[in-house]
Amino acid sequence: MILGQLAPAGGRLEVLGEPPHRGNPSIGYVPQGSVFDPELSIRGRDFVGLGVDGHRWGVRLGGRAKANADVSASLEAVGASDYADRPLGSLSGGEQQRLLLGQALVGRPRLLVMDEPLSHLDVRNQIAIVQLISEVARARGLTVLLIAHDVNLLLPHIDLVLYIAHGRSAIGKPSEIITSERLTEIYSSPVEVLTDSRGRVFVVGLEEEVSHPHA
Amino acid sequence: MRELAIHLTVSNTSPALSWNIFDDLAALFHYEFMVHAFEAGTIVAIVAGAIGYFVILRASAFAAHALSHIGFAGATGAVVLGVSPVFGLLAFTLVSGMTIGALGNRLRGRDVTIGIVLAWTLGLGVLFISLYRGYATEAYALLFGEILGISATDVAITLVAGVVTVVALTAIYRPLLFSSVDEDLASAKGVPVTALSIAFMAILAVAVTEAVQVVGVLLIFALIVTPAAIAVRFTSRPSIAILTGIVLALLFTWLGLAIAYYSPHPVSFFITSLAFFTYVGVRMSEPLRSRLGRRAAIAQAAG
Repeated sequence: MILGQLAPAGGRLEVLGEPPHRGNPSIGYVPQGSVFDPELSIRGRDFVGLGVDGHRWGVRLGGRAKANADVSASLEAVGASDYADRPLGSLSGGEQQRLLLGQALVGRPRLLVMDEPLSHLDVRNQIAIVQLISEVARARGLTVLLIAHDVNLLLPHIDLVLYIAHGRSAIGKPSEIITSERLTEIYSSPVEVLTDSRGRVFVVGLEEEVSHPHA
Repeated sequence: MRELAIHLTVSNTSPALSWNIFDDLAALFHYEFMVHAFEAGTIVAIVAGAIGYFVILRASAFAAHALSHIGFAGATGAVVLGVSPVFGLLAFTLVSGMTIGALGNRLRGRDVTIGIVLAWTLGLGVLFISLYRGYATEAYALLFGEILGISATDVAITLVAGVVTVVALTAIYRPLLFSSVDEDLASAKGVPVTALSIAFMAILAVAVTEAVQVVGVLLIFALIVTPAAIAVRFTSRPSIAILTGIVLALLFTWLGLAIAYYSPHPVSFFITSLAFFTYVGVRMSEPLRSRLGRRAAIAQAAG
């Protein structure tokens, strides 16, 4: 809906002060489950370049130097310069995710929408990507809307959390929402929020939710 | 038919190769039918090499193959109706191509659906051949190509169709590349992915119709798929890959024509063999090339 691909069933939606429309240049997007075909033979650099003008008709005629500079800057920002000239299909999941992020950032958006960018990564890469997103967002004053199943990795970085489960939702500051009581209420199954000796917060208990699903 | 007869007499008394390369080249262009063959072959190779890149990128090789076979039924049907086979070919490939395009690139059962339609249309083709007696030569030409029987008018038509396909492909180049790499992303960026998919298959249908003249419906892979498949193993830059595909398609066509001129065997055989053995050679040399690449990288790191 934010991307303008679906119309809301009811109510009114405004994105960055205007009605949602497809191809909004102020939004950078990383779609869900983007794993490229191993045979896909296109350079990461060309892929990020598609974020600049891939939606325009014809071939790139003018503005080549500026486009190349924008692409290089974006690759630098996500730390993907070293493998930007290798085929996309031959890269690891973490490398592909960085290039997807680079592609989303190249148009200098104000809002970054990421649909489960962590779901197919190993824990080390998940932490690295979250760190990267957080750094870029703070450096550029960017709003990030990130959809994830596991909140734990994100907890140190998020300002606002929206929980959606069993047709119920709750939105607010993590310190208000992520408490044992509130989460237990939302999921209608016992959830515990723990704090370790270094002050880090963990959410546990949703495992039971999976093994004993509520009808 | 008349031109085919000329071709047959020429083939039966294959010209001998001299040791003078200039004489040989001059002899190659001595006959008008060879000049036409080179002209049409060049146009078709450029179109096939260019569109082949997107066929590979979109993993639509089977769709491309199926298009030509479905076109066969259209061509034989046209002959039964007393119309030029090119029109039947074009009509069938266009309609089926745009239908395949509308099905979308992600549909899982797409290849099964295409295969089922393909089998039925080939059956139709057989029926049409049997309805038109004495048609075997024409059917043979459609199946395996008839590049030595191309008239000046055919060359002109091929040129027009070739220009149309290249211009259309250039016009949709960037969004087509985008939606071929990541359809979800392109769609979110406002690229009309389904319309592009249909447009691409329509362009492919025209390209297939052109290429059928050179290699026939059965051998279309050699010009549309093989050159691009080789190109993407060498480079992952889209523009370079397209150029490489065009150059390879041109080389296969020109060399195939030249060799066939000095031999009693059909042109299609040489074009497809050149394409096949180049592909095999490239795949077999890959372990060697990657080892050399690694060594160069290590040397660079050390130096």
